[in-house]
Amino acid sequence: MNTPYRCRPAQILSHVVLLFLAFLFLFPFYVMIVTSIRSPQELFVREFRWLPQQFTGLQYYIQAVTDIPALTFLKNGVIVSGGILFVQLLTAIPCAYALAKFQFRGRDLLFAVVLFSLTVPIQAPALPLFLGLSAIGAIDTYFAAMAPFFLSVFAIFLFRQTFRSYPDEIIQAARMDGMSEWAILWTIVVPGCLPSIAAFSVFSVVAHWNDLYWPMVVIRSTELMTPPLGLAVFADSESGANYGALMAMAAILTAPLMVGFLLAQRHFIRGITMTGVK
Amino acid sequence: MTAAVELRNISKSFGETQTLRDVSLSIRPGEFISLVGPSGCGKSTLLRILAGLAPQSSGTISIDGAEVDYLPPSARDIAMVFQSYALYPHMTVGQNIATPLRMRQLPAPARLPVIGRIWPGQSAKRARIEQTVIEAARLVEIEAMLDRKPAALSGGQRQRVALARAIVRRPRVFLMDEPLSNLDARLRVTMRAEIAALHQRLGATFIYVTHDQVEAMTMSDRVAVMMGGEIVQCAAPTELYDNPRDLRVARFVGSPEIATISSDELIAANEGFATLLPHTPVIAAFRPETVSLVPVAGHLEISATLQRVEQLGHEILVFLRLAGGARLTVRAAAANVTLPAAGQRLSVWLPRRTPMLFDADGARIFRARHGEPAHAG
Amino acid sequence: MPADLTQSSGMVRPVRMGAIMSPWIAYCLATPAILLLALTVIGPIIVMIALSFTNYEFGSLGIQWTGLENYRQLLDDRTFKRALWNTFAYVAMVAPASVLLGLFLAVLIDGLRHGQRFYRLVFFLPVTATVVAMAMVWKYLLHGTIGPFNLLLQSLGLPSLDIFGNRDLALAGLAAINIWSLAGFNMVLFAAGLTGVPEDIYDAAAMDGMESSLDRFLNVTLPLLGPTMLFVVVTSTITAFKVFDTVAVITRGGPRGSTDILLYTTYLEGFSYFRMGSAAAMTVVFLTIMMIFAWIQARVLDHKVHY
Ligand SMILES: Nc1ncnc2c1ncn2[C@@H]1O[C@H](COP(=O)(O)OP(=O)(O)O)[C@@H](O)[C@H]1O
Ligand SMILES: [Mg+2]
Repeated sequence: MNTPYRCRPAQILSHVVLLFLAFLFLFPFYVMIVTSIRSPQELFVREFRWLPQQFTGLQYYIQAVTDIPALTFLKNGVIVSGGILFVQLLTAIPCAYALAKFQFRGRDLLFAVVLFSLTVPIQAPALPLFLGLSAIGAIDTYFAAMAPFFLSVFAIFLFRQTFRSYPDEIIQAARMDGMSEWAILWTIVVPGCLPSIAAFSVFSVVAHWNDLYWPMVVIRSTELMTPPLGLAVFADSESGANYGALMAMAAILTAPLMVGFLLAQRHFIRGITMTGVK
Repeated sequence: MTAAVELRNISKSFGETQTLRDVSLSIRPGEFISLVGPSGCGKSTLLRILAGLAPQSSGTISIDGAEVDYLPPSARDIAMVFQSYALYPHMTVGQNIATPLRMRQLPAPARLPVIGRIWPGQSAKRARIEQTVIEAARLVEIEAMLDRKPAALSGGQRQRVALARAIVRRPRVFLMDEPLSNLDARLRVTMRAEIAALHQRLGATFIYVTHDQVEAMTMSDRVAVMMGGEIVQCAAPTELYDNPRDLRVARFVGSPEIATISSDELIAANEGFATLLPHTPVIAAFRPETVSLVPVAGHLEISATLQRVEQLGHEILVFLRLAGGARLTVRAAAANVTLPAAGQRLSVWLPRRTPMLFDADGARIFRARHGEPAHAG
Repeated sequence: MPADLTQSSGMVRPVRMGAIMSPWIAYCLATPAILLLALTVIGPIIVMIALSFTNYEFGSLGIQWTGLENYRQLLDDRTFKRALWNTFAYVAMVAPASVLLGLFLAVLIDGLRHGQRFYRLVFFLPVTATVVAMAMVWKYLLHGTIGPFNLLLQSLGLPSLDIFGNRDLALAGLAAINIWSLAGFNMVLFAAGLTGVPEDIYDAAAMDGMESSLDRFLNVTLPLLGPTMLFVVVTSTITAFKVFDTVAVITRGGPRGSTDILLYTTYLEGFSYFRMGSAAAMTVVFLTIMMIFAWIQARVLDHKVHY
């Protein structure tokens, strides 16, 4: 917008308003950090102090990784969201390629089912999935935590759109060179569509790292808990009033995504809002 | 309904880079003046400063003698037509044209998008606005399309809507920033004539920006040639063609481009030029129509290699190269010229009275010759 | 032209020359996905709908077809009706507020000369943060006695508020958290919409006499953001409708059911009380509402460009 006249005061006012809102938005993060490095006595002083009176160092962080298995939760988070992403890419990419570049009977039906499934949240098939997993004795395993998400219809939808705009000529040239369809897909088409795959990966990892609902349904043992579930269970246990350790743990479990976001803002924003701008 | 516009020493910098340097220009009331120059030379920037859309770094603008530097765009009594038309896509053609009037004549609550319609006591004003809109639309022949959205119009029709939106409030000065550059070639020629006719009819001052020298030359009373953020020359079209003050202007105006040959090469091609040219190295320039393919009395013969011939129907363009590498173009009547094949040598005749000489920096050299006094720039 | 030839006369339709790709390759490529689709989405949904007509309880051996009994009971179930009501109240708070805040932020930031990146970063930060972790922080932040929010209130001489312990405030407290975490998301969507507004339009608006930013906003920005706006409203509604984490972690439906929302009630019914039949009926209600939203969303997407 170009407003050569009277623009200075408007700019300053905007900054004042935005800085105030930014303060409000950041305040919870600030409280998280400052509480995690405060001494326990200070927590119950009936007065809010902006800075810790007495720096307790990383005491709570050490407690979080020794007494409470925060590192295990992190590891589980990596395994579960990584495993989900791996299978999602492995299954969705060939399917999207078939939908995008082949003519076959039932293609439109398949795509219609995909479109329908886009609108189905995990809670809809949850009950039968739970019953099925318990029937095969898979409750409380990594497999149970991952299996419902092995197929991402959103990935199929997104990659289909991406592959459709991939030039046919290149694929035909590769066919003339005698490459198999599988090889064409993984060595020619996929490398050409990396931005889209990267955005989806961010979206998928963020979604499943943060998911509480499904792990809560199928995970029982502490060694298998993902970060949100571990945190929720820990907060419930008697040590739940230990706010310092709780905040330290919250900080540890949020940190991977936060650091990722700060390092690759553009990818994160694109990946996370992708569902919104399709 | 018309006004003089005076730009005094306008400069504009974006950070470190200076886009406009000390531009001064006096525009008479009712004049049609074109700003022409290669793209990126600062034409749009100058126009936007004039409109009040961007502030200048220094210098003053006055309209009819009154300084307007601190006035917002809408208070300058100027209308502008944008290259992209900049129509409001969500409004109908009629609403688009009415916007300048609505904003000026209705009180703030009445111009709110939806609620404004029921604000009381405005019906007389609204009727008057509607009447004015229809008149403006009629002027550019789009009164049949008032209820359509811009997306449903062709490029030429959108251009007319943009014109009508500018006309509707009868400003004293019109600014147009490459209004025809998004149209196809045929429509461009038609619209050129229509804009010229509109200027006649409204009598307002038109400041017209284009990068197309033909457009500028055919429409304007005067043409200001801009290069690198400066106005190099401002003159009537014929004067600009016949008497460019700068090599860049000479090259920019006229098509095909004027041929330039260094004095050394010219003398090498024909000794006869030695006496006609100054002793310092200069650049001589020849318009295509001054060169002859047949012997002419008083012309000097040089030999050149034929590169290429373009047939334009009524005339031909012959592209030549001299032994030293300089290029030369000849425009000739198409009738009965016999030319050798491409790559062959032939003779052409250059006028002895060299029309234009430029120094190494491109500035025109006006020489006193045969006792004539030097004419001032 | 070939097109004309094929239309005219009784000529044989030209057969496409060259190699014809066998559809079997396509089936092979799509099979894993189709199997998973059947196993994890379509099959379970069919089973779930079937379950909703039974009295099945997890762990019990018997299962009986009860027809619409579960649905009839839902109509009488005060807990369920309260959950439904709470969910809609929650959506009514979160969707408009997060959309308006997102729009406000996007427009304000778009007008800035400096610092756009910084502000976008700050306001997007809550979107990335793990909801459960931030719910813990909010719970502590708004704690009735030792929460920094209350300590700040007290230091200003105001009475303290136990938000999550108060029946009238708890739902609004949860809504505030969701607004906080959703506004940045909406801001980015609006920002994308704003970049689609050509700069020239604002120049034209200035020439046309729209001097104040309010005039410009109402006459240009807002109408041009219209399609984005509809879309963001629907998306935010769906997101708010699916709230679960904060309820499960902070209030567990309390105090006294004031934050019982649909998904949480369904979760308890299915996975705490193991009454699969009635949980399935609740899920069908939930899914139906989601489908309606999704249908609206698809309609909105179709009409995204209305000029
Ligand atoms: N807002 C701006 N910020 C920085 N540079 C600009 C801006 N507007 C124009 N310029 C620069 O000024 C020069 C002249 O631009 P412009 O006036 O648009 O040229 P023209 O209209 O003659 O093609 C260009 O080099 C352009 O990069
Ligand atoms: Mg320009």
